[in-house]
Amino acid sequence: MDLNLTADEKLFRDELRSWLASNAPKDWPEWKNKPLEESYSYLRKWQRKLYEGGWAAVSWPKEFGGRSATLMEQSIFWEEMARAEAPPMANSLGLGLIGPTIIAYGTEAQKKRFVPKILSAEEIWCQGFSEPNAGSDLANLQTEARLDGDHYIINGQKVWTSYGWIGDWCEVVTRTDSAAAKHKGLTVLLVDMKTPGVEVRPLKQMTGESEFNEIFFRDVRVPKENVLGKVNDGWNVAISTLMYERGSYGARLHLIFKSHMTRLIELSKKFQRNGKPASEDPIVRQKLAQAYAEIEIMRLNQMRAFSRMTTTGVPGPEGSIQKLFWSELNQRIQQMAQEIFGPYGQLLGNDPYAVDNGTWSYGYLRTRGNTIEAGTSEVQRNIIGHFVLGLPRSY
Amino acid sequence: MEFGLSESQEILKDSARKFFAGECPMEEVRRLMETDTAYDEKLWAKLTEQGYTGIIFPEEFGGVGLGKVELILLMEEAGRALLPGPFFSTVPLAGAVINAIASPEHKKKYLEPICEGKARATVAILEAGANWNLADLKISSAGSKITGEKLFVTDAAVANLILVVAKDGVYVVDAKASGMTITPMAGMDMTRKIYAVKFKDTPAEKIGTTGNLSKALDIATAALVGEMVGGMQHTLDITVEYAKMRKQFGKPIGMFQAVQHHCADMYLETESSRSAAYYAAWTLEENTPEASTAVSIAKAYASDAARTVGNRGIQVHGGMGFTWENDVHLFYRRAKASETAFGDSIFHRERIARQVIDSETISAKSA
Repeated sequence: MDLNLTADEKLFRDELRSWLASNAPKDWPEWKNKPLEESYSYLRKWQRKLYEGGWAAVSWPKEFGGRSATLMEQSIFWEEMARAEAPPMANSLGLGLIGPTIIAYGTEAQKKRFVPKILSAEEIWCQGFSEPNAGSDLANLQTEARLDGDHYIINGQKVWTSYGWIGDWCEVVTRTDSAAAKHKGLTVLLVDMKTPGVEVRPLKQMTGESEFNEIFFRDVRVPKENVLGKVNDGWNVAISTLMYERGSYGARLHLIFKSHMTRLIELSKKFQRNGKPASEDPIVRQKLAQAYAEIEIMRLNQMRAFSRMTTTGVPGPEGSIQKLFWSELNQRIQQMAQEIFGPYGQLLGNDPYAVDNGTWSYGYLRTRGNTIEAGTSEVQRNIIGHFVLGLPRSY
Repeated sequence: MEFGLSESQEILKDSARKFFAGECPMEEVRRLMETDTAYDEKLWAKLTEQGYTGIIFPEEFGGVGLGKVELILLMEEAGRALLPGPFFSTVPLAGAVINAIASPEHKKKYLEPICEGKARATVAILEAGANWNLADLKISSAGSKITGEKLFVTDAAVANLILVVAKDGVYVVDAKASGMTITPMAGMDMTRKIYAVKFKDTPAEKIGTTGNLSKALDIATAALVGEMVGGMQHTLDITVEYAKMRKQFGKPIGMFQAVQHHCADMYLETESSRSAAYYAAWTLEENTPEASTAVSIAKAYASDAARTVGNRGIQVHGGMGFTWENDVHLFYRRAKASETAFGDSIFHRERIARQVIDSETISAKSA
């Protein structure tokens, strides 16, 4: 156990820190609240810059434009990005999830065709997994792909697709063998979103915005060479993407939470409770301290998981608790913010009295989704019960 | 950056687990808890033989010279075994205090016998107000004599040395000193006995000031959290085992999601406490600026977690969990005693609040 940086890690950090000092833009806060198309093109430019500096995907192998960074270096990467207050990257699903899956399962031609443009943000990727009747039970998905000569013909519907509205390409899980057991008849197809028959509709969520989309496929023709992995082995390909989802996200979430905490502590000194700043109220203090402690523990759980993955090569059992931990913690943080703000907490961004332009009222509503997306808390507990503790399967 | 155990740390932890399983199985725990002091001379000799009594102390005083991480691992295994008797009181508590504040002469006199297994010791802190803020202590020495009452003193009846934290310093009182009466308090945890200790003009030797005491108490607190993690792990293990074996409605109860989810939460709370405990130990070893906050984070979290893990463990065991015969309540009792020792979660959250709310900024970068 040694949580100090090694010489190599220091070198990595210093190089990145000085690159960010001269390249990270400072005006992201001004762009953040502009219309989605405008702010998104800003993020695309920023990712392009990272790509040119060789920093777009540090975890990727060197031969694909990455730096073969260790898990610890990846943590350092996100720490430094947060420290520099750098904007996020445009193609986050491509970089974090889909690129690594193509590198792992793709043909040489697919890697050559898709990977560089993921890195440079020339092509934005989205993920077609969930369906109206396949949420927690993903393997129950019904979107069908039927072979017709050199093409597959896709028919069906996907939901909860992030970046669907801007996506150039989509990783779509389809059913290619309806006679096989439900996990066995799936195939992953890489679909050009401009193909005739693809229709993207906004999905208005309880926050009032449309962060996600629905995608409808009507007789969409996809060339056979766009099968990712083997035909009818799509479950393994999809699971691999979901594993990257868990890994890539955890490394930086605690940093986001920590910055929310810093702001909330500032605000607790401004809002009054019983004639004194809320920060002096013993119950508010208890709650702030508890959240602070849990954010720190979330970071430590992640570090332990990374260390175990580094030595064993597989995600350790700690990894499975991260999703459960952060999603429920984030809801508690937002609830606490509401308690500190009192009646001001409910005000939306367009109200002049809103706290931080409505960031917190939005967060309060948005975090309800945290315990549902990327595997519900119930599914996470099932996974821990069965796969970690060895209890018999309940379904 | 590496947050796993080294090979030698794994070996130490593994051999401690085997040692406790062999020398202190649950039958032995139950036998000892029914005795007046929960102390066994033969077991103590074996702990000494293993080098456990001197684990973190300098070799010049007969210690082994290992670090705080090793100490926490040993305590974790002791906690898993529900080790009865004065090990915690003597080593990570009294030993750490002497090591932190005493002169080399006093260490020779008091720490060396601890390392050699010849002396058992404890530290008397709390007074009637049961307040862990040392600044609020009332007892102070009159010259080299102490008068007053200390409460919740662990293992006082088997301690050869009782360290007394007074307003004006830390004193050692010999077990045979005049004017001292030791009365058992009826604590819930039968494996670690607690006492009220009354002093009346009791001769005492000053070994240091309270200035450096907080570091030593942080070590004791982190060690206690390590022990709590072991207790949580044991509770989780026997609960999962029971859920696999116990059948109702023709199925193992562990097949029901309501039961699985209790177990999953127990796992989350146990692992999270472990991460916090290991990190606290590492910060103490490295003497990093965030050490005392890391200790408070660990104690705040684990104090609640140890109780809720116990609650869930009893619930999953159903009727069996409510029997005397089942071990789960023994760990639950220890968890309650440990929860309040050195400050409960409310106390430590306020300590964290002082660090992170009252100081102007939180460093954005923590590692």
